[in-house]
Amino acid sequence: MQEVSVEKLKEQAKELRKTALTMIYKAQSGHPGGSMSAADIVTALYFREMNIRPEEPKWEDRDRFVLSKGHVCPILYSALAVKGYFDKEILGTLRKQGSILQGHPDMKKCPGIDISTGSLGQGISCATGMALAGKRDKKDYRVFTLVGDGECQEGQVWEAAETAAKYKLDNLIVFVDNNRLQNDGTCEDIMPTQDLREKFAAFGFEAYRINGHLMEEIIDVLDMVRIHNNGKPKAIICNTVKGKGISFMENVPVWHGQAPDEQQYKKAMEDLERGFEA
Amino acid sequence: MNGKALREAFGDEMLELGKENPDIYIVDADVGKSCKTLAFASAYPNQHVNVGIAEQNACGVAAGLATTGKIPFISTYAVFGSMRMSEQIRQEICYPKLNVKIACSHGGLTPANDGASHQSIEDMGIMRTLPNMTVIMGADYYATRNLIRKAAAYEGPVYLRFTRDAIPFVYDETIELEIGKAHQIQEGKDIAVIANGDTVCIAKEAAEILETKGIHVRLLDMHTIKPLDKEAVEKCVKEIGKIITVEDHNIFNGLGSAVCEVTAELGRGIVRRIGVQDQFGQSAPYEELLKINGITTENIIRTAEELCR
Repeated sequence: MQEVSVEKLKEQAKELRKTALTMIYKAQSGHPGGSMSAADIVTALYFREMNIRPEEPKWEDRDRFVLSKGHVCPILYSALAVKGYFDKEILGTLRKQGSILQGHPDMKKCPGIDISTGSLGQGISCATGMALAGKRDKKDYRVFTLVGDGECQEGQVWEAAETAAKYKLDNLIVFVDNNRLQNDGTCEDIMPTQDLREKFAAFGFEAYRINGHLMEEIIDVLDMVRIHNNGKPKAIICNTVKGKGISFMENVPVWHGQAPDEQQYKKAMEDLERGFEA
Repeated sequence: MNGKALREAFGDEMLELGKENPDIYIVDADVGKSCKTLAFASAYPNQHVNVGIAEQNACGVAAGLATTGKIPFISTYAVFGSMRMSEQIRQEICYPKLNVKIACSHGGLTPANDGASHQSIEDMGIMRTLPNMTVIMGADYYATRNLIRKAAAYEGPVYLRFTRDAIPFVYDETIELEIGKAHQIQEGKDIAVIANGDTVCIAKEAAEILETKGIHVRLLDMHTIKPLDKEAVEKCVKEIGKIITVEDHNIFNGLGSAVCEVTAELGRGIVRRIGVQDQFGQSAPYEELLKINGITTENIIRTAEELCR
């Protein structure tokens, strides 16, 4: 953990949003909606909470991050580039042939990616395995994972949750990007997820619900769970807005996986520059 | 019968490997009793995980363990290990080429009484299509122990297939096998028989009878179907020209198909595949299921005689 002001983190989140959107615009392919909803969580983790060494990506005592909802990798790539895992120039190669920045994160190609993801429901299992190894090896590292609310429709998420509780993995922190939208529409219409905080609590987690765009709340909950070495894995359900910060994308399902055209991109960048009310 | 089950080989070898290397893990999915992992679990509780009846999660947990330097062996039945968690193996193990072994008992028709739901006739074919995967099945207890040891030493994904029932010894404890290299059991000039797993001893019996009929069999134990020992197959084609493959697996996509790929590209050689005839099994004695599919000494003999006529 490093001390950083909330103002600085908010500024950083704004920059990451702009970078991620630019990547998707340049690639004319990618997932802007979820990248925007996850931006503040990713910022808090990479710029304040996580104990990492960008110059030594495979440092064995590092905190791990598993982007279980792998499709929002542009926001993660933006964070990794700012942290210095790779040159910022590379950001322009998203989804291009030969790029380390694959359409979904590839641990063998991109430094800083702790496991390859992209098929939903699986990353949280891998994070559970990493956290279990940490416990068995008596290491202090923690494992953070970001799961989508739609992703929680995958049964494997709950298989992983059972295992995390059984093995008392209090070093596992699951963030749920509860933006209430998925590929085909609203989660409520496609497949209601019920109250995810209650669900994780029923699975043996210490579970919270916060505003996933309010940096103060993200920091507060991280400060709290950091000292709760109580044998319970943690779930932080984040109320978020898909497309957050870009007026015409907010809460519009079609922006799950669509790149903006030139005019839309310009408008979006203006919106992001102006900032938002959490 | 002087023999032992391949799943016993798994239990016994893992007990030794676990002692030698604290990074060797077993990830169980509630079939530890049948897969013979209980001794490992009680000897090395710190190297054992049981995720319950949740194979997909077993795969992810194993992948996560592997990223920290562990060498996890996922233990389940072949039908679940190759199919219930197939996409997880693809995404989290093969694609990132993680050092995870998928160790599956009850391969082929051997869960005979359990019926079609538990018999696994497609597994090796499915695993063979995954990039970065190695696919292995030993011919007896000793071969299987040796191959498990070799798989543990190899860095990368391996699918290991075992079976349930005791089968005769083909080798003894001195057997040394190499992943991806066929083992020649006997030399012969008239016909080549290439078998794997439980069918090797069936093929061996057939070869002995054929010998008395004046047909000399070259018998290969093709314990690794991927990477296939192409050189050994090519030698059979060039030196003999006639090949019979034998496997307890669908005739599609397993050993027989792999051998045919080599001969087809060579543009030479005659192949006859003996295996499961693209049909599901049923609850019945194992020998009867083999008979229904023609995986018998008699059928190997008959096929060899036809080809050598």
